Amino acid sequence: MATGKVVKAPDKVAANVDKWFGADWKKYGTVDGTFYAAPSGASVKSLVWYSPKQFKDAGYEVPKTLDELKALSDKMVADGNKPWCVGINSGEATGWPLTDWVEDFVLRDDGADVFDQWVAGTVKFSDPKIVQAFDDVGAYVKNPDYVNAGIGDVKSIATTTFQEAGLGIDPTQGGGTCWLHRQASFYAANFPKGTDISPDGDVYAFYLPGKSESDHPVLGAGEFVTAFSDRPEVQAVQEFWSTDIWANLKAKASSDDTGGGWISGNKGLDEANLVNPIDKLSVEILKDPNTVFRFDGSDQMPAAVGSGAFWKQATSWITGQSTQDTVQKIDAAWPKS
Amino acid sequence: MDVAPKLLDMVWAILIFGAVIAVILGLAALYEKRGGRRAGWWFVGPSLVLLAIGLVYPALKTLWNSFRDAAGGSFVGIDNYTSIFTNSDELVVLRNTVLWTLVTPFVATAIGLLYAILVDRAKGEAVAKAVIFLPMAISLVGASIIWKFMYDFRDPAGGTTKHPIQQIGLINQVIVWLGGKPYNFLLNSPWNTFFLIVVMIWIQAGFAMTILSASIKAIPADIVEAARLDGVGGFQMFRFVTFPSIRPAVVVVLTTIAIACLKVFDIVRTMTGGNFDTNVIANEFYSQTFSAANQGLGAALAVVLFVLVIPIIVYNVRQLRASEGR
Repeated sequence: MATGKVVKAPDKVAANVDKWFGADWKKYGTVDGTFYAAPSGASVKSLVWYSPKQFKDAGYEVPKTLDELKALSDKMVADGNKPWCVGINSGEATGWPLTDWVEDFVLRDDGADVFDQWVAGTVKFSDPKIVQAFDDVGAYVKNPDYVNAGIGDVKSIATTTFQEAGLGIDPTQGGGTCWLHRQASFYAANFPKGTDISPDGDVYAFYLPGKSESDHPVLGAGEFVTAFSDRPEVQAVQEFWSTDIWANLKAKASSDDTGGGWISGNKGLDEANLVNPIDKLSVEILKDPNTVFRFDGSDQMPAAVGSGAFWKQATSWITGQSTQDTVQKIDAAWPKS
Repeated sequence: MDVAPKLLDMVWAILIFGAVIAVILGLAALYEKRGGRRAGWWFVGPSLVLLAIGLVYPALKTLWNSFRDAAGGSFVGIDNYTSIFTNSDELVVLRNTVLWTLVTPFVATAIGLLYAILVDRAKGEAVAKAVIFLPMAISLVGASIIWKFMYDFRDPAGGTTKHPIQQIGLINQVIVWLGGKPYNFLLNSPWNTFFLIVVMIWIQAGFAMTILSASIKAIPADIVEAARLDGVGGFQMFRFVTFPSIRPAVVVVLTTIAIACLKVFDIVRTMTGGNFDTNVIANEFYSQTFSAANQGLGAALAVVLFVLVIPIIVYNVRQLRASEGR
């Protein structure tokens, strides 16, 4: 945007987005009041992967509130299990899964308004509310009793790739070394081909619960389509991509070719076109009337923070840096303007 | 597309290429009769134009950007340079680049030289050389992935009685077999930088060995024979005959590896992504420019890298001239 090369979206695209997407989605494609980019694909990040089969054998129940999640983790420890497996290594982007954790907990502890102010930079990282969210995440991922199932100690989180971190969930091919793994809906693609991903299968996911059962915040992400040219053929493609027709064609194609893995916030998306149970679960969560959806915060923050300091400092945090140092260093990286 | 039109295209391409060459040569021949200098410009001209577009312009543009803000908009003076030399993270980047550039050339050259001398005229020399030269054939990213598996770490703390931890990394498994505790090679600074340097040494030792072995073989046999008759031992032979004779080659190898280390990017990016205090200038320059969208700081880092390479190049060229006796 700062380079001035991006072109405003044509009116027809804006009309389609008004028709097929919620107002929040349109807002994410809007900068300083000008609408540039139409949403396309989406993913739900507030998911915890688990094994329904293993849960059934051990007599565990899917938690419905954050307190229940904590109690379940403690119960697992008491039973001699390591509950959580976490991996944040992603090459240069190492640290991003932790930023999702923190964002999920800001949404749950403080609600969507504080989340928005935090993303906009008016609530600082050093604000007690954000510090508390970090520490609440730390109660899971920096707790040596909870992590790092099947992999190592707390620090091993930093050197474990996010792709392999949750594979231990699968009792058939992954050894069943891990019980809980918080990762987005797209993680389904990381399990080996043929893995039984279903509500009663080897692997499935549950919604990372809110404080209470009626509290239903959802962290998600998505792709957006914008143009660098206003030539008619470019605008025609933009327009087509913002319709329900395209969303359904795309969902059908990904169901047929890759067994699913593509969903959208498009309200015209017909669930019959989704074959993958995780995709169905994700769309259900997105469409739930109680859902308060928020887009990935680090993706919206200035790049120096959202794809720089937040990742790096969260990585230092997991390898031993204190929460105070972490939040101060991130605040220091926020661009002055 | 059928084969016939493709072939026709190829014939055309060859004809056009031939025509262009003929024109150039014709012009050159024409001017040669009138004066060598002008003919020279005809040959140098295209290279100069390409250098100006591909090298001089980007260099000046980078220098220009390094004094501007993140988006390349307004002028910020030397702010970008100030942050490189004051920010604690950037100082670690500089420290690591210094470590890379000091340690790798000497260790890799020493190993290459020792190996070259040991296998010289030994039985099975060709095979022995091929073995140490092989890593040269692997891309840096490939080598990094291999070593990432070598260093892979599983901490016993992650296991339970039901699921004890199994090592995947070869080095840690050997450590466990020997009764030691597995070690997280890529995590603990500053030692992790040295474990990354090992990868570069593994690759460059083969390069050093090849060049040095060739120049050892080029030492005239009469010098060696004369020294033998004077009764030198193995070490004296190395000190007074072999090393002085191959000194120019050693300098070339050292400086080439030093420049490769200043620019090192692939290994760091693949193995740690610059995390855990292993970042180096080239990787930081990339992340700042393309991920953190800070073009100003990225450009400043590129300029610093450029300035650091200059003395090595100057030294290299001087040595080359001296050895050519100019």
